[in-house]
Amino acid sequence: MTDIREFKPKTIYVTYIASTPDKVWQALTDPAFSRQYFAGFAVDVEPKAGGKFRLLYPDGRVHISGEVVEWSPPRRFVCTWLVEGMEEFAELPVCLVAYDIEPSGDAVKLTVTESHSWEVPDAILAGGRSGWPAILSNLKSVLETGKPMLLQMGPPEGFMEAVQMAVADKPWLRG
Amino acid sequence: MSKPKFVYVTYIKTTPEKLWAALTDPSFTKKYWFNADIESDWKKGSPWRITLADGRVADTGVILESDPPRRLVIDKWQNQFMPELKAAGYARCTMELEQAGNAVKLTITHVAEGDDDKLIQAVSGGWPKILSNLKSLLETGEIALIDK
Repeated sequence: MTDIREFKPKTIYVTYIASTPDKVWQALTDPAFSRQYFAGFAVDVEPKAGGKFRLLYPDGRVHISGEVVEWSPPRRFVCTWLVEGMEEFAELPVCLVAYDIEPSGDAVKLTVTESHSWEVPDAILAGGRSGWPAILSNLKSVLETGKPMLLQMGPPEGFMEAVQMAVADKPWLRG
Repeated sequence: MSKPKFVYVTYIKTTPEKLWAALTDPSFTKKYWFNADIESDWKKGSPWRITLADGRVADTGVILESDPPRRLVIDKWQNQFMPELKAAGYARCTMELEQAGNAVKLTITHVAEGDDDKLIQAVSGGWPKILSNLKSLLETGEIALIDK
């Protein structure tokens, strides 16, 4: 199991959704649901701590792979996260993604926390900082209106170069 | 050192013109901003003010840039009703609207003028609530959170 104490939160995104904790939990863990708001990716998760976590392309190839660190429906879901489907990215250390679901009045507060075990450059953090708002805005739209938005998404400027530099340099191997 | 800063991005299924109106029309802002009144004529150099439902002035500022429906900058943003936050001084808030697919990307960047990050901590709790409500209101006609 991954020791989550080594990871520090680097990106936090909060959204409030007119829904219930159970429905938000389902939206995060059900493949038919995630395909609608998560850039077409299907979540494939073994529902237990230590289980497998994956995000699959529509053709079934693996984009993200990881391990379930905490599985506490409908409150908290934590998994490790490795971009496996793109060659250079697979060499980066795993990151940790935590979803926290709390009732807030008649709505639900969803907090996504992306944590890392090394000093990640801002140009790499920019990937999550641009991706999470689009994904989670879309999740909110799907839950509240039944329909996703059609967003054009791509990596932020300088992101791929920053990943290539980090993979060449491997700063996480230095004490 | 860079100044304490909070950035929040949300995507809303609407048009830049409707989102601009939602950000500047006081009868509309009141609905998603927990009944607060926001007053300004939104011209460069004009005052800007938030008054809470109980009549207290919450925040004041000055319009630094107004380029509908793309960009709005509120400068000298200062809390007026919590001494600790008032003492933290001014902040600048930039709102940027960009078409993104069939939605609009709204980016809020709130930067403290001083080094005290209390103000930024406070706004980082408030903006997600306000902007989640704004998105719900534009997409469904209802807000998500009634009470702050």
